[in-house]
Amino acid sequence: MSDTAAKVEAKASAISDQVAIEIQNMNKWYGTFHVLRDIDLTVYQGERIVVCGPSGSGKSTLIRCINALEEHQAGSITVDGTLLSSDLKNIDKIRSEVGMVFQHFNLFPHLTILENCTLAPIWVRKIPKKEAEETAMHFLTKVKIPEQADKYPGQLSGGQQQRVAIARSLCMRPRIMLFDEPTSALDPEMIKEVLDTMIELAEEGMTMICVTHEMGFARQVADRVIFMDQGQIVEQNEPEPFFNDPKSDRTKLFLSQILGH
Amino acid sequence: MSDTNANSTVAFVRHDTIPEREPPLGERGLIKWLRENLFSSVTNGVLTVLSLWAIYLILAASLPWLLNGIWDAPSIRDCRTILDGARGGCFAVLTERWNQLLFGFQYPSDQYWRPTLAFILLFVAFAPVMFYKLPRKLLIMTAVYPFLGYWLIWGGSIWVPVFAAGGFVAGYMVYRQFITRSFAIAFFGAIVGAFVFWWIADFITPVLANLIPIELEFVKSRQVGGFMLNMILGVVCLSLALPLGIILALGRQSSMPIIKWICVVFIEFVRGVPLITLLFVANVVLAYFLPPEANFDLVVRVIIMITLFAAAYIAEVIRGGLAALPTGQYEAADSLGLDYPQSMRLIILPQALKISIPGIVNVAVGLFKDTTLVSVISMFDLVGMIRGPILSSTDWNGVYWELFGFAALLFFIMCYGISQYSQWLERQLATDHR
Repeated sequence: MSDTAAKVEAKASAISDQVAIEIQNMNKWYGTFHVLRDIDLTVYQGERIVVCGPSGSGKSTLIRCINALEEHQAGSITVDGTLLSSDLKNIDKIRSEVGMVFQHFNLFPHLTILENCTLAPIWVRKIPKKEAEETAMHFLTKVKIPEQADKYPGQLSGGQQQRVAIARSLCMRPRIMLFDEPTSALDPEMIKEVLDTMIELAEEGMTMICVTHEMGFARQVADRVIFMDQGQIVEQNEPEPFFNDPKSDRTKLFLSQILGH
Repeated sequence: MSDTNANSTVAFVRHDTIPEREPPLGERGLIKWLRENLFSSVTNGVLTVLSLWAIYLILAASLPWLLNGIWDAPSIRDCRTILDGARGGCFAVLTERWNQLLFGFQYPSDQYWRPTLAFILLFVAFAPVMFYKLPRKLLIMTAVYPFLGYWLIWGGSIWVPVFAAGGFVAGYMVYRQFITRSFAIAFFGAIVGAFVFWWIADFITPVLANLIPIELEFVKSRQVGGFMLNMILGVVCLSLALPLGIILALGRQSSMPIIKWICVVFIEFVRGVPLITLLFVANVVLAYFLPPEANFDLVVRVIIMITLFAAAYIAEVIRGGLAALPTGQYEAADSLGLDYPQSMRLIILPQALKISIPGIVNVAVGLFKDTTLVSVISMFDLVGMIRGPILSSTDWNGVYWELFGFAALLFFIMCYGISQYSQWLERQLATDHR
């Protein structure tokens, strides 16, 4: 991570003015509990966004709404030009364009690593098996575990599993990647290998929204940091001003607690 | 340290290797095993001796009965004459009534080769399903078997099962036509397609049967009996109950309230009613509700009832398996863009069914044994044959142990086989390395 300057440059040039995700006045309730309130967010193609906030602030729920793992009750979400409605065709279309990486990896334990990676391309994209396997090996090489292709997820370490999960999403050639606390369930020494993979991905210009507490990662790759509390976006800014000069008291408190030790 | 030099202090050097020796007598081979497993303490020793004594008593009583048995005699009286007061079983009833026990007493005896062939082919049909490493082309045999098996056992014109199979093929063709547009249209289209085909086939079959008469002697359902009937009911009902149970379990989880409630009501109702009641319904009550010309075969009615009964239990077993899966699996499948049928077939069911194997086997074994209940509605299955025609004949009145022991042995072999297969399958599928 020595060539930070180069990265900053790459960072600035990657963002296009094409809108990838448009969220307008979105609200969500769990029963009567108002979890997301008046969310407005526009994400541009190539932009890398880090979402942080205390637990229960609705940050995971927000990104899970983007690929309809959670339903929203009011407002609109448009992903890559497709309006997210209750129409299953639209939902499946959006899901195949949006990759998601989970906190607990969620690999399929009954399939080998290679099968995990080729399943969706074969069945959703209708790509021939051989081609799908080549793509899978390409991305497994990219996340540096091609030699594990024939093992089962249960035989891999947490960090390796998470990298497979990233590769599995990439095999669908998504236009947007969502990360839901990808390193929270990992041992400290495995966090780095996963973050390195994510940084590499970011440098290639992938549109990313990451829910994470890794503030170093946010500083290094994010174009924008969003702070959420109580289901609302409290503050958003570029990383430098966000960390060095937070405007809201709630953000200051949060940052002091998370960076304090 | 016995060979240390007396002159030295603490310094010690060994110049030769100590040769390997065998462990002490009490610590090797049979003696070690006996000591550790049978006589590890006084209590265990006493229990071992008591158990050996109990085993001796059982064997002393049963072995002479088994070994001294009479295998060749025309009736129980002759058996007793031959035995002349000695202890021994009268197994002659098994040899004399062998065909009746297996095929029932009304199946035409010159046609016994048909169910025998069907039984052998059953294994060929099941093999590719049970052992998924066999070449997939063998599945053609599995698909053909239901129709072939029916034709072999019941006979009649070959065109009946051929057109029955044709209906399924027609349905599948319709399904293939429409699946790209919508699952619902394809599904219902397939059903309509199949029924239209059968409706047309209904007119063609008699004509074709006259033109090209390939047929076996027709056997009425009433004539099917013995262990063959248990096998038919067990195999058919289980094969139908498993998919139906999966559908019911998925239906019970459905987010669509009407489907969900239909499944819940069905499962709860069927589970709450004894199988015997359902069988009586099949035997007697159904006839009142069906129009008089709807001449539903009794075997078909019984198959429907046992299938529904087993399906309800299997559904609950599979629901347990579905509930045991972490929600992350559903979410991961969804997030990759798999649609509902794909995520169920590729991700959820393979895992849920694997978890459910012990429960499903439990139901399968229970169902197979429950097929003997049809003897209560005067069908002559294995137990029905024993209780009815064989025991009530003057020749064999009173040979309970031998006959019921034989029935128990047959069922034990089948059920133990199912159990062993399931354990093998579980080992094969253990990929999660927990």
